[in-house]
Order: sequence, then C-alpha cells, then structure tokens
Amino acid sequence: MAGRDYAATRFSPLDQINTGNVGKLTLAWTFSTGVLRGHEAAPIVADNTLYVVTPFPNVVYALDLTQPGAPIKWSFSPYPSSSSQGEACCDVVNRGAVYANGRIYFNTLDNQTIALDAKTGKEAWRAQLGDIAKGETMTMAPLVVGDVVYVGNSGGEYGVRGWLQALDAKSGKPLWRAYSTGPDNDVLIGPSFKPFYPQDRGTDLGKSTWPGDAWKIGGGTVWGFVSYDPALDLIYYGTANPGPWNPSQRPGDNLWTSGVFARDAKSGQARWFYQTSPHDLHDYDGINENILIDVAVGGQTHHALVHPDRNGYLYVIDRQTGQVLSATPYVPITTSTGVDIRTGRIAWSPDKNPEPGKTVRDICPASPGGKDWQPAAYSPRTHLVYIPHQNLCQDAMTSQVSYIAGTPYVGAELKMKPGPGGKRGLFTAWDPAAAKSAWKIEEDFPVWSGALATAGDVVFYGTMEGWFKAVDAKTGNELWKFKTGSGIVGQPVSYRGPDGRQYVAVLSGVGGWAGGIVAGNLDPRDESAGGGFATVVADLKQKTTKGGMLYVFALP
Amino acid sequence: MSSRCPDLRAVAFAVALTLCIAHPAAARELRVCADPNDLPYSDRAGDGFENRIAALIAKDLGAQLTYYWLPQWRGYARKTLQQQRCDVIPGIAQADDSVLATAAYYRGTFAFVYAGSRFPGLSSLDDPRLRDARIGVQVVGIDATPTPAARALARRGIVANVVGYPVMGDTPSAQRIVDAIADGTLDIGVVWSPQPGYFIVRRHFALDVVPIRGARDDPRFDFAIAMGVRRGDVALRDALSASLARLTPKIDAVLREYAVTRVDAPGPRASR
Repeated sequence: MAGRDYAATRFSPLDQINTGNVGKLTLAWTFSTGVLRGHEAAPIVADNTLYVVTPFPNVVYALDLTQPGAPIKWSFSPYPSSSSQGEACCDVVNRGAVYANGRIYFNTLDNQTIALDAKTGKEAWRAQLGDIAKGETMTMAPLVVGDVVYVGNSGGEYGVRGWLQALDAKSGKPLWRAYSTGPDNDVLIGPSFKPFYPQDRGTDLGKSTWPGDAWKIGGGTVWGFVSYDPALDLIYYGTANPGPWNPSQRPGDNLWTSGVFARDAKSGQARWFYQTSPHDLHDYDGINENILIDVAVGGQTHHALVHPDRNGYLYVIDRQTGQVLSATPYVPITTSTGVDIRTGRIAWSPDKNPEPGKTVRDICPASPGGKDWQPAAYSPRTHLVYIPHQNLCQDAMTSQVSYIAGTPYVGAELKMKPGPGGKRGLFTAWDPAAAKSAWKIEEDFPVWSGALATAGDVVFYGTMEGWFKAVDAKTGNELWKFKTGSGIVGQPVSYRGPDGRQYVAVLSGVGGWAGGIVAGNLDPRDESAGGGFATVVADLKQKTTKGGMLYVFALP
Repeated sequence: MSSRCPDLRAVAFAVALTLCIAHPAAARELRVCADPNDLPYSDRAGDGFENRIAALIAKDLGAQLTYYWLPQWRGYARKTLQQQRCDVIPGIAQADDSVLATAAYYRGTFAFVYAGSRFPGLSSLDDPRLRDARIGVQVVGIDATPTPAARALARRGIVANVVGYPVMGDTPSAQRIVDAIADGTLDIGVVWSPQPGYFIVRRHFALDVVPIRGARDDPRFDFAIAMGVRRGDVALRDALSASLARLTPKIDAVLREYAVTRVDAPGPRASR
C-alpha cells in the first residue's frame, strides 16, 4: 500500500542501505511511463513484481523484478473518460494502487475503482462510483483491510459532496458509503459516535451547521490517505474543505468538513470526529494523512495519531478518543492564534479573512497549507516524523472586476509568495513528543514529494527541480542526491528485490497543484492559473520539464 | 490604400489608415469573441443583442463580421484576444482591466426579479420581506463567488433561504432563475439587470425587474458595459468607440427590443 503499512508510517525495515554507504547508491534501472502529467503515485512491490499506476489515462504496469531490467509483465489500460481531465482541479494525478489478496486495486480519474488479478492483469471487477458531470473525480490511493476496499472522491472545488465508499474486495459490490455532510444517516453517525468535544455532539450536525441546502454541495471530499488500527478496528481519514460557497454564504461550522474521522472498519459507523478548521476560510483541507504511532505526552504513552494539517498545526490526537493532546505550529501561522486543546477550538484571526474590496496581506499559510497531500514518514528508531512541505503565504489583493458569462462580480485575487525566510520548500523532522522540530532543510521549491524513512536511518525525498535526496535521519545532513529527468512529486518506496538486495524507487514527473505550471504548460502571467500557484513557482519552467519516469536505485 | 483594405466610408481617413496598417485583418474583418450559448447576449444563431450590436458596428465600419465561439469561462481574454483568435469581446465590464475597454454603451446593475403583486415596492436590501422569501442568486466560477448583490445579502445574514445558480450551465442562469420564479420554486431573483427582461418578455411572465437599492456601506452594484480589445490595441479601441457613439440611437433601440433593464439614460453620451 502507498503508506507502506496500515499505520501509514512509510518506514521501511530494510537496513542494507545506511548512512555509511548510501553515498554509493547508483541507478539500477528505469522505466518510462509514457505520460507527461504529475506523477504522485507510490510504486507498489509484491510477489517480485513492481506495480505502477500512471496519471490519467491511469495505465497500470506490472514490471517483473526477477528479470534483468524489470521488463513489462503486463499492462492494463482502463480507458477513463477523457472529459474527466477537465474536471480535475489540480492536474490529473493518481496517488497509487494497493496490493491485497492477490489483486491490484486502483482508482481512475473518472470515478471507477478497478480490481485486477496481480499475476495476469486480468480485470476482476470495476465499480463506477461517481459522476464527472457533477465535477467528481478520484485521485486517491485505496486502502484494503481484509475484504474491504476504502476509496473516496475529489472535487470539492466544484460543489461535490464528499464521501468515503467501502467496497467488497472480492466482488466490488458497494458495502456502505459515508458522506461528509448531511443528516446522520448519510454520514453513518449512530449510537457509537462519541466525539471528544461537545461542539461535535448533537443530531444531524452535518445539516444544521449549514444554511439551507448548502450541505448538498458542501465539499468535504476524501482524497487523502486512509490509515487503519487493527487493535481498535478503526479506520482514520481526513475530509476536505467546505465548498463551493463563499464563506459568507455558508455560516456555521460546516460539519463534517476539514477534519478527521475515525470509523468502525466494518460497519463504517463513525466513532469520533475532530474538526481542524471549523468554517474554513482559507481552503485548509483536513485530508492530510494520519500516522498511527505511540507518543509519550506528559509522561504517559498514548495510542496517538499524528496529523500535520494544512492549517499549519501538527496535531497529536488520542486515536481512541479523538482528544487533542497537542497542536503545535510547524510553519509560520497568521490566520489563527492557537488551538485550545481543552475545547478543541482553533482561534481564527479575523483580520486575515480574505474579503473582496479589502487587501489582506501575509495570510500564512497560503491555501495549500503548511503541508498539502505530500505524505510524511515516521521512523520508530528516531521517533521523528519527516514532513515534506511548503513555506508559502499569500496576499488577498484589492478587488478586481471580473465578468464571466456576462455577469460581473468582484473577485479577491490571491497571490501566493514565499513565506518568512524566502524559501518555498521545507523538509522538517518533527519530534511529536517534544512538540518541536529536530531539524529542517530548506528547499527552493515546495517539497511536493512524499517522504520515506528506513531502518538504515536514511530518509529520502524528492524536489520539484528533480533532485532525489537521501539525508541522515538523525541530523538531516545530506548524504546523497541524484538528478532525475523531471521534477519529483511522487512517493518514494524501498523494497527487497528477488536477489535479496535493498532497492529504493521513486517516480519522477513534475505536476500536481504545485507543478501544474510545467505539466499543464500554464502561463505564469495568468495570476489565476493553477489555482494561484503558477506565479509563485513561475521559475519552475526554467528548472525542469515534464516527463514520467520510474527510477530504481541500489548499492553497487 | 491597397486593394486589401475595404472602403471605410464611415470612418475618418486617419483612423481607417491606422486600421489598415496596424490591423489589416481587422480592417477587412471584425473578429468578435462570443459565447455560443449565453442569451440574451449571444448565441451561435446570432440571436443575442450583442450579436445585433456587433452587426451594426461591422456595417458601420464596412468590415466583415466573423465570430470565434468560446464559452465565457475563466481565462476568456487569454484564450481569445491574447491568442489572436479574435479582436473584440463585446459586453465586458468597463472596469475589467484584463482588456482595453471602449466607451461604455450602457450601464447595468443588480436587480430584484419578482411578481409585483406579491412584493409591492420591493427594492431595498434591508426590506424585511427578504428574510423569509426563497431567493435565487447568481454565483460565478468554480468557487461560486457571489455577485456584489448576493454578497450584500449574505452580509445581512440572509443565507439560509438563498439558493445559488451558477452562471455556467446549459441554460443561462437568468433564464433558470426567471423560470424558477414563474413555477413557484423561488419567490425572488437577484440577477444582473440586463439579462432577465429578455426571458420574461418572451415567456409573457408578469414579473418586474427592479434595480436594487443598497445602504451607504454596500459596494456599488452598477457597472458600465463596454467592449474589450487587446491591451495596446488603441486604434481598434478608438474606432469601436467612435462607431458606438455614432450608433447610439440604434444600439438603444436594440437594448429596448431585448428588454434590457439599464440604469443610465439612453441617448448620446461622451465617448471615453
């Protein structure tokens, strides 16, 4: 699975590659995906085969690791509807497949979940789960627990109602769907729902915290990673920002958007919910991953969940109860002044609310947040969380008159810019027990790749210029780097090959929201291009070009 | 003048010369960027009032009228004018500085649409009847940005009884709102004033279009409407402005024919 384990640690227990020898790492083999858009997927290794799913058109390749150069064993083209490309907000990415029960499960941009026989590539089933005509797409990597496949939708920018869908892994038959807005029956909230904070208790809050019928198009999509605790038999995932209504038109907390759900893995019934960004004003999705680890807080070890949120706080939450144990800024924050862990409430700074007709400067973090989708890793050896992220603020500039389909309106123009310090990217090692950073690496561009930690105490990540880097897990010292053909926004993985050697693999191929300027060939002079991201990374076009390629490294 | 330039009888010689030198294509051809399905402004059949006004101007300039059809969506000027697909976008807000604007030819505002018998005298945003009525508003773009009038409603806490009608869609949002009022789904519409009259008249509905009055701290709801050309295309801008001034009575007649609710007085006005 994309997160390596149910706890989503992205920690490889392999230790052949270590801090002493990683400097000798060399290229073992490569594979071109033939696709030019953003490659955000994690390669998956099982049964001596490496599986890759490409961005749209979502082709799956199975590469035979027992043969020299890993030739193609089979490939599968799902032929997703080409119009789905127009619906994706932020490039036509796919965040990877999952292997379970001898099958490969993955999602297509046009809202299908497909199961393939892992040996032959033969289709076992496919399930059509959403409607591109409504602006829905699917980009996330599924999670499989036992006989259940969990998938969710994307498209909160388009007035989509978010959901998590459970499917029978054998047949693809829908088991249940939990919406992120609406009445309790739709959200799968029942007697077992015990949220820690009183503001989340009540009947049909997914309706009553919205004006009118706004919950029907309220967003809260589920496009991040799902994690699972076998002992508690709970799954954890985040919900995206409310949408698409302008905040002034959707007063209320807008439950259950921008927060974290814990659900019974079998029935889907909600156990608890914690809202990181009530009544979100800044596009602070709550979809960032939840890493399930034990954390010592105040002399007591908690079964916790670590969640670095878009809103700039790193949350340590008791994963049994939903109680926030700590919420600490890991980037500069101006949009709020703190999180009261007694009430669970964030204290927004009203003077940073974007409002047309008003210029608001230095909104930090910017809409992509302190960290976006790019998943962090955790090493049980160092007890540190390795966070790939960005350092961006934005100004909401004075109103400008726009005119679409003959109707004038006054828009706030968001201009992203580098945050304090001037570097747009950061790679932070965070100590969740001490609630502070151990070390930080500055990068010129947002670090839009995933992180990988290994038992060799080496941590890997990629940069948008195309450098694939290995750093010392304890100190952050750079130990090795390799320049790939395009920018890296994929998720690095490590595996043991059939020859017993340790390999490290990563997809190169710039794109995604941050890299859309290259993958989508956007015009950096168009300030609204790429959801406001294009101008702040305008120089990326001079640093890299598009191209999807798998790189696999090994010691000589 | 070379034979490639038409005889621009109605245009001053100097302007015509400029057009021929700087815009040989524009001189032969008035290349208009228009939405193929956005009545009452334009449609592919040429039935919109901007189609009619463009035809008047083409005739006035002695140019051949051609269209580049593209739905009005984000980046419209970039995908049309900037890519040299066409040279003029009719019906833009004069304050829109993504283009170079001509003289304005009318001024619109946001208006309430309702059955006068049900809400006699309604024109103020602070009218208590707005608290209970079912209100449809236009919203713009993928993040459903409200129009200034819809935002003013939200500022007054009028949100739970408000429904958004995205301006992008298979049928124009004003048409959907007018139809919803006529069939009882909505009580009141908040619509950009030039749009609803066309649908009301064609369907013989008994609905009023009443410009909205805001309070002192509300933003302006009215916008002057002009044509937009590429920034720097001063010659074409000036030729169009002059033509719009000459054609004022005819344009006023077209706007009347399309039941456009405007807040400026018809008749001669200074060109910008």
